[in-house]
Amino acid sequence: MANYYNDIKEIKFELENSPLMERIVELKERSFEDKDQYDEAPQDFADAMDSYDKVLDIVGDITANVIAPNAEDVDAEGPHLEKGRVTYASKTYENLDNMIKAGMNGLTMPRRYGGLNLPVTVYTAANEIVSAGDAGFENIWSLQDCIETLFCFGNEEQRQKYIPRVCKGETMSMDLTEPDAGSDLQSVMLKASYDEDNKCWRLNGSKRFITNGDSDIHLVLARSEAGTRDGRGLSMFIYDKRDGGVDVRRIENKLGIHGSPTCELVYKNAKCELCGDRKLGLIKYVMSLMNGARLGIAAQSVGLSQAAYNEAVAYARDRKQFGKAIIEFPAVAEMISNIKARLDAGRALLYQTARYVDIYKALEDISRDRKLTPEERAELKKYSRLADAFTPLAKGMNSEYANQNGYDCIQIHGGSGFMLEYACQRIYRDARITSIYEGTTQLQTVAAIRYVTNGFYSTVIEDFEQQDVASEYKEFQVRIKEMTQKYNACVASVKEASDQDFHDICARHLYEMAADVIMCHLLLQNATKAPELFVKSLQVYLNYAEAEVGKHGTWINRMSISQLDNYRQS
Amino acid sequence: MSLKIVVLAKQVPDTRNVGPDAMTPEGTVNRSALPAIFNPEDLNALEQALRLKDQNPGTTVIVLTMGPGRAAEIIREAMYRGADGGYLLTDRAFAGADTLATSYALATAIKHVQPDVDLIIGGRQAIDGDTAQVGPQVAEKLGLNQITYSEEILSCKDGKIVVKRHIDGGVETVESPLPCVITVNGSAAPCRPRNSKLVMKFKRAKAPMELVPETTFADLPYADLYEKRPYLKLGQLNCADVNADLQQCGLAGSPTKVKTVQNIVFKAKESKVLTGSDEDVNGLIQELLASHTIG
Repeated sequence: MANYYNDIKEIKFELENSPLMERIVELKERSFEDKDQYDEAPQDFADAMDSYDKVLDIVGDITANVIAPNAEDVDAEGPHLEKGRVTYASKTYENLDNMIKAGMNGLTMPRRYGGLNLPVTVYTAANEIVSAGDAGFENIWSLQDCIETLFCFGNEEQRQKYIPRVCKGETMSMDLTEPDAGSDLQSVMLKASYDEDNKCWRLNGSKRFITNGDSDIHLVLARSEAGTRDGRGLSMFIYDKRDGGVDVRRIENKLGIHGSPTCELVYKNAKCELCGDRKLGLIKYVMSLMNGARLGIAAQSVGLSQAAYNEAVAYARDRKQFGKAIIEFPAVAEMISNIKARLDAGRALLYQTARYVDIYKALEDISRDRKLTPEERAELKKYSRLADAFTPLAKGMNSEYANQNGYDCIQIHGGSGFMLEYACQRIYRDARITSIYEGTTQLQTVAAIRYVTNGFYSTVIEDFEQQDVASEYKEFQVRIKEMTQKYNACVASVKEASDQDFHDICARHLYEMAADVIMCHLLLQNATKAPELFVKSLQVYLNYAEAEVGKHGTWINRMSISQLDNYRQS
Repeated sequence: MSLKIVVLAKQVPDTRNVGPDAMTPEGTVNRSALPAIFNPEDLNALEQALRLKDQNPGTTVIVLTMGPGRAAEIIREAMYRGADGGYLLTDRAFAGADTLATSYALATAIKHVQPDVDLIIGGRQAIDGDTAQVGPQVAEKLGLNQITYSEEILSCKDGKIVVKRHIDGGVETVESPLPCVITVNGSAAPCRPRNSKLVMKFKRAKAPMELVPETTFADLPYADLYEKRPYLKLGQLNCADVNADLQQCGLAGSPTKVKTVQNIVFKAKESKVLTGSDEDVNGLIQELLASHTIG
């Protein structure tokens, strides 16, 4: 029987073949302290890995046999709005019911709240798998990771109240965007005021573009400090739908992810709870929320790329023109190979990022219970920085790749791809949002660029250069080093210009060059361990990345401050 | 009202996904080429049992399966979905059983493991034999009512069960006193997926037959867990355990004898075009009756 996990060997490889995994499990399981208390807890590292494998097997099974077959109907029907309440497409309920019965909620939460205590890396794999079946459904289901933010910053009473509910399948949303506050969240105006009579906070105003906006538990960014206008006046609140006071005014009519309701919300004196401290809503909690969500979108994007690859290969094998299957024509084969190479490279980046996130999050969690040792503090700092530097690369690059891969998938289908009968059109439409929401690629560049200019990516790349590779792959390592030299030279020349506009206009190019080089290294490491899975993709991606790095290098070399005027449009 | 439910389930070769090597040259099923799966309609049956368990706290769902050691996988699969436990009915003396001997063995085992059973639920038929005889024969041997082709259990209370049956051209709702035997149709609700926590909890559960010969649970990895968690040792019964009469078991108890097996070869030699007129339709019916194709 089809299984979206077992059928894709690369996912399992990513889970099992990193030296960091043992450390992640040790930290996440706190040296296996749950093993005698919970029947489902692992006894040791091997046992934990076996359990992860079995959990993902279930996700792959449900995705292949329920979620993917439902995707077309869910896309066609979409959600409905009646009297301020959202009803999902009918088959979305079937998907949710299966995921709830399989216990696929609150995956990363500690067992004492009813969770499975899975590492983020494993949750990321589940996300990717579900997305390959239906990215719109993945959107609703994966909002469960908002609970991470409540777990990190809520008080114990809030944890006990909300986390078990999410583990049982209640859905979540993060209410951030407003009509005048999209990328610029400092402008959020939803008003939070303290109700002295009832000793609680109240929300008044509206929000827009809220994914799954009629969820059971909302995390809401609102202005608690009257008279302020910037991010320092914003706090985070928990709204419980059981209390009432928030209605859905409208469901947006979107290009893609039709299964996922995108809502406009009206808050009418809605009772809510403060989460964490006042004034830290945007600057601390939303940043944490967004970093988790960005990793989620990176996983969603990789899932879409996998779906694009599957559809492209299936069609190209089946479709015959000029007496042979079109997959045999070099022009088609090149497109498919590039999809696969971008998929494998992007996936390697995704899991590397997830592992960094796992280590720092697990240490951060331990630090809430006891003082960390100096070594642990250094480790936390190291991985926290790596996670921060890699998350915008993983999100930006994978979302752009998902778009490119969806585009090429339609191209391979020719005229049939433009018709609405094939799955490729849904993949193409669903992919479009990934490079926009949770921070556009342009904003991922903003988040990443300091690691370009302060040399952090270069240091990471130098570390990668020290890793052992198979002797027959040394020539590939040399080629990557040449790309790195081009990248470093471009960084130096842009810094030397000392002009903010020039710096900003070159930023995206430098960002992509860094990401290309990093992905080449990760694929090289993968190919060294599993040549049967990666050696083709490595070489295809090297050709692709060299061309990309060359292109960006040429652009930066040609670009000058004097040309900036040519790029100013009014 | 808490219920005692026994689910009858069978491990079968996956005949739905056959490849070119699915049959041996002799025309028998090549079991090694087909993955062993949970008989699909037995999964529908399990779901009906688990729904009753959801609605009636204290209900126990026990799975009974007959087969070799590897059939214990069926018990684990059922426990991953919410069954409380199960028994592997396994003995060389059961080998070669036809439906009569199988139902004798199952009925005898049910009397042994759950003498005060309320409900016995199984799939309508297995995809290897396609006989649909085992459920009804178990009911006869136990002297119980039977409801076949069930699609949904509508209610189960005060010692009575109301069931919707799938019949030709519609549905029929019937009521029976408990205990009774129900066989479930493939059109019933699909079975729920495996639950992640239950999989982690029961993944090491084993029947003694699955152990390497001459070894014990103490020789398995994580051996201490089998001592601490008795549920990891699955129930296993042989002929003697259930006091079965050897003459009624296995080949000895099977009146069915396969004389020959023939491959079906589809060959259309000639074709005939009929209109939709009453005359043509009646003519076709007469012809098919005469050739014993129908009737």
